[in-house]
Amino acid sequence: MHPAFSVVFFTTATGAGYGLLALLGMLGGFSLIPADFWLGLVGMALALGLIAAGLLSSTGHLGRPERAWRAFSQWRSSWLSREGVASVATFIPACIFGIGWVFLGRSGGWVAIAGLLAAIGAAVTVCTTGMIYASLKPIAQWHSRYTLPAYLIFAAMTGSVLGNALLQGFNVGSNAMLILALLATLAGWGWKLATWRYNDRLEISTTANTATGLAGGLVRSIEWPHTEENYLLKEMGFRIARKHSAKLRLIAQALAFVVPLVLLVLVFVAPWPLAALSSALAAIVQFAGVLVERWLFFAEAKHTVTLYYGLE
Amino acid sequence: MTCLPARTEKKLGLVIDLDTCVGCQACVTACKEWNTGGHMAPLTDIDPYGGHVDGVWFNRVHAYEHTTELGGRTVNFPRSCLHCETPACVTVCPTGASYKRASDGIVLVDESKCIGCKLCSWACPYGAREFDSDVGVMKKCTLCVDRIYNDNLAAEDRVPACVAACPTSARHFGDLGDPASAISQLVEERGGVALMPELGYKPTNRYLPPRARSERAAKVDALALEPIKAEGGFLGWIDRMLSS
Repeated sequence: MHPAFSVVFFTTATGAGYGLLALLGMLGGFSLIPADFWLGLVGMALALGLIAAGLLSSTGHLGRPERAWRAFSQWRSSWLSREGVASVATFIPACIFGIGWVFLGRSGGWVAIAGLLAAIGAAVTVCTTGMIYASLKPIAQWHSRYTLPAYLIFAAMTGSVLGNALLQGFNVGSNAMLILALLATLAGWGWKLATWRYNDRLEISTTANTATGLAGGLVRSIEWPHTEENYLLKEMGFRIARKHSAKLRLIAQALAFVVPLVLLVLVFVAPWPLAALSSALAAIVQFAGVLVERWLFFAEAKHTVTLYYGLE
Repeated sequence: MTCLPARTEKKLGLVIDLDTCVGCQACVTACKEWNTGGHMAPLTDIDPYGGHVDGVWFNRVHAYEHTTELGGRTVNFPRSCLHCETPACVTVCPTGASYKRASDGIVLVDESKCIGCKLCSWACPYGAREFDSDVGVMKKCTLCVDRIYNDNLAAEDRVPACVAACPTSARHFGDLGDPASAISQLVEERGGVALMPELGYKPTNRYLPPRARSERAAKVDALALEPIKAEGGFLGWIDRMLSS
């Protein structure tokens, strides 16, 4: 599948944004982190900013973005429509929580309820994003039980690493937050390795035989219907990354998991300005790593239409 | 509405005979010619006379070599929308632009509602949908919905353009939901198959596999060529002189 940058950025940015929003909604609402104006403002601006930037970026992928409002109508059948509805609906409790926690400096009561609802909305939205991919049967690498948890784990991972950077930046970091970020990063790494292992051993029952209805023997493409690449090959027949997938997997692992883990462990022993710097660096490097991982998620996915073109 | 109808009154579709298709591409050009002025018009061409020709087509003919223990054969393979009974391209549509008609089962796109998110083309395992980057919307085969019910055409012309154009009658059109229809009988008789049945899209269109090989054809062995020997005599001498 062609990794359109708008979609790669969209899923990465909203994942991190919703992860951070859920974290702030729960920790802030239940007074586990202090209601501090500047901490709250920066945190909520970061979370909602990432979400808004991701959603805007996703409209860049559309052929007719001016009609995007129509995408809220088919939530009964379409995961993409559900994602649209959930993402906009989540802004309501998120804004109420933001007003109460940041501007009124309150927690508990209605602020806690709004925070909790924002966290639930964030989780639901990330689920709908994951289901868009997990529900596509023609792409075996996506249509697996690994896809939906991956989106949730990666949102929790990038959100908690970002949350740790935020708290460390305001010098109110805690070991609990740091451990959460570390564990989430380890979980993300483990899940990604398991997913790659599963995909590499995948035996796909759909073949050139079932695609053409020609039973038995070998079906070999000897002539394409066209001489130049068409929409199908440009969109679904992307092959550049597969050539470099081993190298890109190493780069993704280094940036998304290994370097952030080392930087987070450093935070345990480093004094304040260094701890904040290390935490911020961990979040930035991890974001870049997840972009590479998401790029591979698309580039390594193989659509059944490529069978018609004899592409491996 | 992108929810699917529980059942359709008819299941209009195509049956394609892989035994008689000669890969002449007449159906491809007839489809393009009709539909570039039809329901989903235009079928945009990008850079048609340049080095990177691209454009929207509803019907593409591939060629395959099918090798079994009986030997190899060339199979021409037209590929277009199969008007599935459970088309995920419709249910994934976030705007309601894609729909399946309850009356005849035809899968269509309402261009005025399409936002061009391309998700339907990802959901189609058969590559039936092609994006028109010029108009910014998704396009697909309409089963020539503007021909098959068209009272302005003679009754025999009320078939999809690809079916009308086929010089070997490899393409058939009709109601696959009616077991008594000529097209259903043909599928029954020839053992017509659905493509990628394992994915569960329940395509309406059927493909008739190539017939079994016949041993009846006469064996015509070519005579062995005579060995080449040098020409003798005067002409041989001229030949040798001129060749040197």
